[in-house]
Amino acid sequence: MKEAEKNIQEVVCDSPNSQETGERGLALMKYLILGVLFGIVFVKAEIISWFRIQEMFRLDSFHMYGVIGSAIATGIISIQLIKRFKIKSIAGEEIKIPKKEFRKGQIIGGFIFGLGWAITGACPGPLFAQIGSGFTVVIVTLLSAIAGTWVYGRFSDKLPN
Amino acid sequence: MNQFIDWISQPWPWYVAGPLIGLTVPALLILGNKSFGISSSLRHVCAMCIPAKIPFFQYNWRKETWNLVFVVGVLIGGFVATAFMSNPEEIIIATQTQADLAALGITDFSGLMPSDIFSWKNLFTAKGIVFFVLGGFLVGFGTRYAGGCTSGHAIMGISSLQWPSLVATIFFMVGGFLMTQVLLAPIMKLIGV
Repeated sequence: MKEAEKNIQEVVCDSPNSQETGERGLALMKYLILGVLFGIVFVKAEIISWFRIQEMFRLDSFHMYGVIGSAIATGIISIQLIKRFKIKSIAGEEIKIPKKEFRKGQIIGGFIFGLGWAITGACPGPLFAQIGSGFTVVIVTLLSAIAGTWVYGRFSDKLPN
Repeated sequence: MNQFIDWISQPWPWYVAGPLIGLTVPALLILGNKSFGISSSLRHVCAMCIPAKIPFFQYNWRKETWNLVFVVGVLIGGFVATAFMSNPEEIIIATQTQADLAALGITDFSGLMPSDIFSWKNLFTAKGIVFFVLGGFLVGFGTRYAGGCTSGHAIMGISSLQWPSLVATIFFMVGGFLMTQVLLAPIMKLIGV
């Protein structure tokens, strides 16, 4: 049981919420606005395009590598600045970035996701933006992704972790 | 003003889009002490709707409502960009990719997604089963098994210099290259695109 709990604990690492103050109602609106901006960039830079993902995996275009690379560079610089200047969150809390532990899942699961990424032309974020852009059939893909998540959760204790 | 509308209707280059996406990392940290990640929203939907007493879905998903609000925002953003800021021209795809895809039976290169595949009429065909059902399942299962997707690992994880995220990202790419370069052609042949 202890071991199982540990596994579950380790998996809770995707987008951890370190904020101690609760947020409800209007306080959540800022995430909606941020999401809208993010979705606009996804469409305008054609990141949600199945064709752009094909170009990336066929090494025919620099576009996606440029997007991901410059996003990471911006992220690295931002986090270094936050740490250097001990910037606090707007609730006045110390900003925490939980550590991601290495597990076999990052190899096996990562590989499985890669296969799906090339088929659907979308990681989870673009799935939502594709639906919003009018490719409503992607709702089926999203439901199937939720099913995949559920099946992983159901059998996670039986998989190598 | 017209110039601005023209400019905003163009596809944005990578050096504009990438840094904007990267800024999501500090924005979430500063606004709410939150690490960027999107695939977790799928888990919260499971925890909210079909937890079925599975330990993996027993946690306080209400605390993570922000993540669901964020992805609803992404959906709305997709609508806004397409409805009001959309590029009137056809998408420009690398000629080599066009040639390779044409050999696989994809002929319509006018939209962001190939209409030969991503339309409702394909739902109950072999194409639909592979591209929507199987593809979606692999994305959901794989990201959760890996503990994150392109946002949680490739962007947030590598930005915070965590090597497990680099490993995950490398294997995202390995899977993607294998599917695109090796498996896609026989699959397309099998399902008769």
